[in-house]
Amino acid sequence: MFTSVDDVSARLAETGYLASPAVATTVFLAGRLGKPLLVEGPAGVGKTELAKAVAQVAGARLVRLQCYEGVDESRALYEWNHAKQLLRISAGRDETWDEARTDIFSEEFLLTRPLLTAIRGDDPKVLLIDETDKADVEVEGLLLEVLSDFQVTVPEVGTIAATRRPFVVLTSNASRELSEALRRRCLFLHIGFPDEELERRIVRLRVPGLEEALAHSVVRVVGALRAMDLRKVPSVAETVDWARTLLALGADSLDETVVRATLGVLLKHQDDVLKASAKLDLDAL
Amino acid sequence: MTTPAGVAERLTSFVGALRAHGVRIGTGESVDAARAVEELGLADRELLREGLAATLLHGPGQRQVFDPVFDLYFPRGVGGPEQRAAGREDLRDRLADALAADDQETLGRLAIEAVDGFGGYGSSPESDGWSSYQTLERLRPQTLLARVRDNVRGQGGSSGFADRLLEDEIRRRVDTFRAMVAAEARRRVAERRGRDEIARRAVAPTADRVDFLFAGKDRLAELRRTVQPLARKLATRLAARRRRASRGSIDLRRTLRGSLSTGGVPMKPVLRRRRPVRPELVLLCDVSGSVSSFSDFTMLLVQALHDQFSKVRVFAFVNRIDEVTGLLEHGRADPEGLGSRIRAEAAVTEFHGSSDYGMALGEFAERYADAVGSRTTLFVLGDARTNRSDPNLPALRRITERARRVHWLNPEQRSRWGTGDSVAPAYAELADMHECRDVRQLSALVARLLPV
Repeated sequence: MFTSVDDVSARLAETGYLASPAVATTVFLAGRLGKPLLVEGPAGVGKTELAKAVAQVAGARLVRLQCYEGVDESRALYEWNHAKQLLRISAGRDETWDEARTDIFSEEFLLTRPLLTAIRGDDPKVLLIDETDKADVEVEGLLLEVLSDFQVTVPEVGTIAATRRPFVVLTSNASRELSEALRRRCLFLHIGFPDEELERRIVRLRVPGLEEALAHSVVRVVGALRAMDLRKVPSVAETVDWARTLLALGADSLDETVVRATLGVLLKHQDDVLKASAKLDLDAL
Repeated sequence: MTTPAGVAERLTSFVGALRAHGVRIGTGESVDAARAVEELGLADRELLREGLAATLLHGPGQRQVFDPVFDLYFPRGVGGPEQRAAGREDLRDRLADALAADDQETLGRLAIEAVDGFGGYGSSPESDGWSSYQTLERLRPQTLLARVRDNVRGQGGSSGFADRLLEDEIRRRVDTFRAMVAAEARRRVAERRGRDEIARRAVAPTADRVDFLFAGKDRLAELRRTVQPLARKLATRLAARRRRASRGSIDLRRTLRGSLSTGGVPMKPVLRRRRPVRPELVLLCDVSGSVSSFSDFTMLLVQALHDQFSKVRVFAFVNRIDEVTGLLEHGRADPEGLGSRIRAEAAVTEFHGSSDYGMALGEFAERYADAVGSRTTLFVLGDARTNRSDPNLPALRRITERARRVHWLNPEQRSRWGTGDSVAPAYAELADMHECRDVRQLSALVARLLPV
C-alpha cells in the first residue's frame, strides 16, 4: 500500500490530510503488519478524517460502522432478509420442505452489514469502526473475531473469510475503557493536538484565504487556551472554524474586540469563556 | 545496535523495563515491535519511537513511562558532546536565543552540553554521577524569561494581541528544556550504572499508580485528569448494571393469569418487577493536612457520582465533624480547591489542627445518627491515625450496627497499619478496611463496593 513513512505523509498530504510523524509511522506500520489501527484522542483532531484520507489515497471503498449504544449483531454483521425469505416460501408452495429450507438460508437472502461487507469481495476496502467506545461491551466480542482472523461466522452458511484484508481503523473518544483483548489486536495511536507548526499548516490548507501572520496568531491563541484548565479545550476543528470566522469577518489581525466577539467559536461552555477572558485580559463580558 | 541479534536483545530488555513499570506487554506485541523495527529501520530515531509505541502500548497514559524508558534504551548518542561547553554565560546566551526561536533541535543539543558541563558531580567512580537538578540550578533557565521576551519583541516576532501570550509560551518552552535536561542526565547516569537499574528507579510511574499521600503538586493536576474520566466510566458502568438488574425473573402467577385470554397459552411472559432500591451513600472524610490530597480525589469522584445516587451526604472532619454536602453541590463547576473550601467554611477543627477520629466518630454518632439507616452504605476515608487519642470504638460500632455496609478506605500501605499512632487494625475489626493508595485501586474498589 505504502512504500515508506514519507510516502504515507506525502500521499496523505495530497488529499489534504497533514499527518504528524506519529500518525504517518503508525499508518505505515498498520499497512505493513496488516493489523487494525486503534486511534484515540479528543474530539475534532481528525480521527475519522484519517480513515477517509487513507481510503482516498489507497483508492479503496470506505465501509463505515458507526457505533452507538445498542448497536448489535444485526446492525454490525449481517441480517437475514425475512421479507424476502417469506416471499420465497410462498412463491414455491409445492416444493418439499428440504428444498425450501436449504434455499432460504443462502447468500441471496443475506443482508450484509458493514463488518461482513468489509471482508467480502476482492476490491480494496477501508473499514472504519467509528466511536467504538459508544458500543456496548458485547459488540467488542463480535469485533474480536473480525479483527484477529478477518472472518465472520454465519451459522447457516459457514465461515466467510476475507480474501483481501481491509485496512481497519477504529476510533474512540475513550468515554468507556475498551477491553484489553481488543486493544491487543490493534496498533495503538493517540492523536493529540498538533504542534504549532503543523497546526498552522493545517489552518492554511483548510482556510486558503487566511494570511500567514493571522494564522500564526490564531494558532498561538488556541495553544494558550489549551494550556489553560478548561472543561473543553478547543480542538483542531475549532481552530479551523475560528480561522474561517475571522476570515468572514474580514479581520486581518487579532485584537481584543475581535477575540471577545468570536471566543464562542472556540469555547463551548460559559465558565470556560469567563475563565479564558480573565486569563487573556479581555474586559469583562 | 548494528547486528540484528543485538537489536532483539535490546528490544527484549526494553520490553522488560516497560513491564516492570506496569505496562502489560505480551509476546505477540514484542514480535510486532520487532517487525516494526524491521520495517522502519534504525536510522530515524523518532520513527522508531513512534513505531515501537504503536506496537507496544495500548493506552495514552502509558506514553509518559514509555518515552523516558525509550530514551534510556535507544539513546540519542553515547558519552558526552564532542566539544565542551565554553562557559555558563555563553551557554545561557545560546539558550536564550534557542528559546526565543523555539528551536527544539538546538534546545536538545544545549541540554546535552549543559548536563555535560554543569551536571557532573563527585570524583571517585563509586560516587560520581550526573544531576539534572544541579545543572538547572547553575543554569537557571527560568531567569532568562525577561531576556527572551525582549529578544522576541525586539525582532518583531510578536506583536498585537498575541503578544500577551508570549510569557506563558516562553515558560512552556523552558519547561520542555527542563524535561530535556532531566532525560539527558538520566541517560548519562544509565550509561554508567547500567540501564536496567535506572529504568527501574528513575522513571516516574503512570498517574494511576501515584501514591495519593506522596503525590507532588504537578502530579496532582495529572491525577485529577485521570479521575475525571474515571468518574464518567463508573457512571456508565453503574447505569448498565442497573439496567440489567431491572430485568427481573419471570412472575409465574401473573403470567398464568395473563394467559387466560389466550386459552392458557402463555403468550406474554410477565417479568417480576424489582422493588426500586434507593441506595444511600454517606461519606465521612478526613480532611486533615496529612491526607488532604487523598480526600480531594475521592470528593471529586463523589461529586461526579452525585447524580447516580438518590441520596449522598458528605461529612468532613478533622477533630470536629460537619456536613459539607451543600458545598459539594454548588461547587459543581469548580471541583478545584474543594478541599480548601471545606476547611475554610465548615467547622471541622477545634483548638488544634490534627485529626481525632474518636471525637469525630462520637460526634457523628450523636448528631447525625439519623443520616445512617438500613439502606445506607457508609464510606470512611482516612488513614486512621488519631494522634494517640481515644479511638472511640463504641461509636464506630454504633454506626456499623445501623448501616447496611461500612467500608473504610485507607490511603496508607497495609503494612503500615497499626504502626505509630495508627489504630487501623482496631477499626478494621468493625468495618471493612481496604487499602486505597492510587487511582487504580480506588477505581477498582469503588466499582466493586458501590451499591446498585
